[in-house]
Amino acid sequence: MTPPAGSLLWAEQLRKAYGPTLALDGAEFSIHPGEVVAVMGPSGSGKSTLLHCLAGIVTPDAGTIMYGGRELSAMSDAERSALRRSEFGFVFQFGQLVPELTCVENVALPLRLNGSSRKEAERAALTWMERLEVDELRKKRPGEVSGGQGQRVAVARSLVTNPRVLFADEPTGALDSLNGERVMELLTDAARSTDAAVVLVTHEARVAAYSDREIVVRDGRSRDMERAV
Amino acid sequence: MSIGHTLLGLLESGPRHGYDLKRAFDEKFGHDRPLHYGQVYSTMSRLLRNGLVVVDGIEAGSGPERKRYAITDAGITDVQRWLATPEKPEPYLQSTLYTKVVLALLTHRDAADVLDTQRSEHLRSMRILTDRKRKGDLADQLICDHALFHLEADLRWLELTAARLDKLREAVTR
Amino acid sequence: MSLSTGERPRTWPTAPAPGRRSRIRRVAADLAMGVRFAFTGGREGWTRAVLTAVGVGLGVALLLLTTALPHALGVRQEKEAARTDITFTGRWLPKADDTLVVANVGSDFRDDSIRGRALEPEGPRAPLPPGVERFPAKGEMVVSPALQELLESDSGALLRERLPDRIVGTIGESGLIGPAELAFYQGAEGLAPHIDSGRIVRIDGYGDPNATSERSDPVLLLLILVVFVVLLMPVVVFIAAAVRFGGERRDRRLAALRLVGSDSGMTRRIAAGEALAGAMLGLVFGAGFFLAGRRLAGTAEVFHISVFPSYLSPSPLLALLVAVAVPTAAVLVTLLALRGVVIEPLGVVRAGRPPRRRLWWRLLLPLAGLAMLYPMIGDGRDNGDFNQYLVAGGVVLLLVGVTALLPWIVETAVARLGAGGVAWQLAVRRLQMSSGTAARTVNGIAVAVAGAIALQMLFTGVEDDYTRSTGQDVAWAQVEVTLPNAVPVAPAAEKLRNTKGVNEVYDYSEGHLGDRARDPQAGTTVTVGGCSVLREIADLPSCADGDVFAVHGAERDTGVDVAKLAAPGRTLYLDPSYEGGPKSLEIPWTVPQDVKTANPRHALLAGTDRGGILITPKAVPDTLTPALQGHAYLRLDESVPDVHDRVRNTAAAVDPLANTVTWAQTERTGRFDAIRTALLVGAACVLALIGASLLVSQLEQLRERKKLLSALVAFGTRRRTLSLSLLWQTTIPITLGLLLATAVGLTLGTVLLKMTATTVRVDWSSVLAMTGIGAAVVLTVTLLGLPSLLRLTRPEGLRTE
Repeated sequence: MTPPAGSLLWAEQLRKAYGPTLALDGAEFSIHPGEVVAVMGPSGSGKSTLLHCLAGIVTPDAGTIMYGGRELSAMSDAERSALRRSEFGFVFQFGQLVPELTCVENVALPLRLNGSSRKEAERAALTWMERLEVDELRKKRPGEVSGGQGQRVAVARSLVTNPRVLFADEPTGALDSLNGERVMELLTDAARSTDAAVVLVTHEARVAAYSDREIVVRDGRSRDMERAV
Repeated sequence: MSIGHTLLGLLESGPRHGYDLKRAFDEKFGHDRPLHYGQVYSTMSRLLRNGLVVVDGIEAGSGPERKRYAITDAGITDVQRWLATPEKPEPYLQSTLYTKVVLALLTHRDAADVLDTQRSEHLRSMRILTDRKRKGDLADQLICDHALFHLEADLRWLELTAARLDKLREAVTR
Repeated sequence: MSLSTGERPRTWPTAPAPGRRSRIRRVAADLAMGVRFAFTGGREGWTRAVLTAVGVGLGVALLLLTTALPHALGVRQEKEAARTDITFTGRWLPKADDTLVVANVGSDFRDDSIRGRALEPEGPRAPLPPGVERFPAKGEMVVSPALQELLESDSGALLRERLPDRIVGTIGESGLIGPAELAFYQGAEGLAPHIDSGRIVRIDGYGDPNATSERSDPVLLLLILVVFVVLLMPVVVFIAAAVRFGGERRDRRLAALRLVGSDSGMTRRIAAGEALAGAMLGLVFGAGFFLAGRRLAGTAEVFHISVFPSYLSPSPLLALLVAVAVPTAAVLVTLLALRGVVIEPLGVVRAGRPPRRRLWWRLLLPLAGLAMLYPMIGDGRDNGDFNQYLVAGGVVLLLVGVTALLPWIVETAVARLGAGGVAWQLAVRRLQMSSGTAARTVNGIAVAVAGAIALQMLFTGVEDDYTRSTGQDVAWAQVEVTLPNAVPVAPAAEKLRNTKGVNEVYDYSEGHLGDRARDPQAGTTVTVGGCSVLREIADLPSCADGDVFAVHGAERDTGVDVAKLAAPGRTLYLDPSYEGGPKSLEIPWTVPQDVKTANPRHALLAGTDRGGILITPKAVPDTLTPALQGHAYLRLDESVPDVHDRVRNTAAAVDPLANTVTWAQTERTGRFDAIRTALLVGAACVLALIGASLLVSQLEQLRERKKLLSALVAFGTRRRTLSLSLLWQTTIPITLGLLLATAVGLTLGTVLLKMTATTVRVDWSSVLAMTGIGAAVVLTVTLLGLPSLLRLTRPEGLRTE
């Protein structure tokens, strides 16, 4: 099978086992530029593994992943790392900000990893922090800001490289409803304005409601709800 | 909830007398409100008229109660269509959804499909509400949030039921 | 489909009422709970407890061994004193039924010296040396177990030639000062005529009657003291680090305890209990390691010194001190570490940004140390009576100063570090956040290196002092053989000349001349030898066999008018007797009429200028021979294997009492080299120990950051960047630590050298070696941590389930 026209990231027949546990068992996925797709499912269903495979963090045992006309699963670790640095963005539930760095340094980190100068990187970082309304935290360290603020800093960091795909794994998992919604609004607005695709792993329906479409992962198999109807 | 579709579904496992149907319905779905036989009679007449069931045979003796009904192909298609159509996301849907799930299990259809279809429909509504909320003022936001929380509760029920389908199948087909 | 509610219990269990125990019992209960926590908690808990215990145990064992060392050396000294036979007192004993004639027939074999005695009992009550059951007869010998082993081995074949006597027994432990000592007693006859109160004496008992009232060398004492302090300090620092193994995890557990309602005092006590448990187990391990180490020490030989395991018993007071101090220190260190930590029910909060470290009191420590040492500067060996407490206190304070100064230096330096790559930034920021941890991890190494540098300096300086030139010209001759009286030198020289590896032999014999047969007023040396040999002794105008010379004005003859003594025709007496001594040979000799005059020469032979009377062989009447002692100087071809032992064998074959001495340009060099090597090895061991603890804490920190590391890798951070950052993170503090260590070490070394009034010289190569070892330890630790880093950054780390 070939990817449908216009799809940015596409996968089929993904299989991945951790020891005896089968995390993915024939999962499929497809996303267009600018699209927000929610990946839902009960805990342990394999949705995080699907995200890790799609983002090139984990290589699947079997199956194909195509990104922008290239086969992700055939790339070397270094190539995939470079891709993650330059074209993907990431937001996790928690534990992703480097506690020793200030907020602005954290946001600038991906740019610095891409070789930008410190000044340049921090200027760009500040623009994004302003957009996510956390620019006043620039000198603070992650330990000194609230969970919601920290998560917005993390969103700013995920967007600072102008990624084409944003991977968000339970980005609101550690937040209350109001903070969670604010983060989701900012995240989806920012992504739409830059035409980035968002892969959003969540088990919360109200978070998934910020998506354009959702797929459900159950026992390692994915179901595209749009096509099922 | 559609009594007609439910009775049709019950017929899928084989022809039954009217009283049989009532007893089966009460057992699986009636709970504390048993079906009046008159309701069965009128429903079956309507189904007969629409060609969804046929009279399979009449026992010796007289009276409508002796009629044995069988489902037609059109009837099976009708049940299928009903199960596959999500309900309009509204509060207090659970009895209809429950009936659908049980019927799907009874007729060896994929009950998870029923749930997933419904879940998708719920999420579609939630998306619309979320969108309206984002564009609206505080009043809009509060109203939408109310609906969203209700829908979320339904969705969680759907998820929970999906996780318990195997247990439910055991219980209803026993 | 109905929900089964099950049977509800009628009554709910009631909680016991809060205890009203006394405060002491509550404290005890908290401590006990801590002890329990130290050992429960599954495999991980055990691992941590054992790790701590092994760390503390190694430290304790090292402490015990070092405290036992003085005792061991003391026992050696006592036993040495108890078997002393030749005392050089000059006391002359008449022959009796309780006397014994002892001859020193000790020898060297390769690099080992062999203690050897020839024994000739003169009566039934002659004293037996310690460890010997009966006197060996002539042709028999008793040997130490180590010597027996050597003689029976292939490598000892050459020695067996020299000691052909039948082995009739072994010397017991009471007669030896170490298990590896090479010693023998052989039976002898006819020793009495050779008694010279030097190598051959008559005794009626053992032991030194006027045992060393001699003041022991203060510089050596200082050296020993400093060695102790320098070796012990890092061990103490290491123990402090060891009780903190697993600290992060423990903090989390304590937080959980807070959640179920223990107050902060209780958590502190529980933590103290945990530390106590680790320290106690460590003491047990330490005792075990010590006993094992003692066994091992019995089989090892360091600087040609071996000790019996039984000697290595620490003094009870010191052992008690260790047993009390270690757990106390463990508890104190734990409480101190918890000072900056607020344990809240929901986790551990490092108390915000700790206040900036202040410099003044940190500087106070090393300055106080310097102040304690300063008054002793310039004392030197001669009037140095170094106060042990001041020395130890000063050195300790200076070294403790390192541990106090380092956190401040790291904090200050790191705060100023600026721009750089991502790896650099990550490392610097992390160090800025927790410079204390970073400093703590390298403290031990810094102290060890500082101490080692100071010690090296002291050694190098003192070594120069202790290795004064012997004045022997090793280019001229390498071995000197001295024969007993009356043994003719010429045939012996011939035999030596024929020994393989001997290139040249200079032989002469000498005796003492007096102006009277008894109690002479003036006297000088007489040397008998061929012209070629005599020319090496003095400037001769001309020489032919039959000539006699009188050397005028030699340093040796200061106060003696040789011209008057050697007046032609005057009768002099060879080997005169002295009052109180036995009657000696008193051989008369008349100075010939044609005695010639010669000038002294700073002679090559025996290192000093010789004077007196020189006689060529033809001019020597036979009557003189019994009173002359033969000497032979040998020039060797050192490339011939075992040439020294071959010469010794030949000499022993000529006469068992022949004494063979190997010349050396300087003395003691070998011994100091050994000490330096040992110091290097010891320092390396201490550093390795500290390195192990570094590794443990590094792995723990990495585990702690597993999630973050995975996230960093997820968004594309190269593992190279992370590894590099890890490297910077250890390199920066270790560089600062080593710089400080070098500074403090050089200061301490300079002060110590000034105290011994020795020229201050820095041995940069050993400074580099020490800092190099320190740096190597850190690099090794980082490298060993890398696999763990790579494993932790595998994407599996992102999984939350």
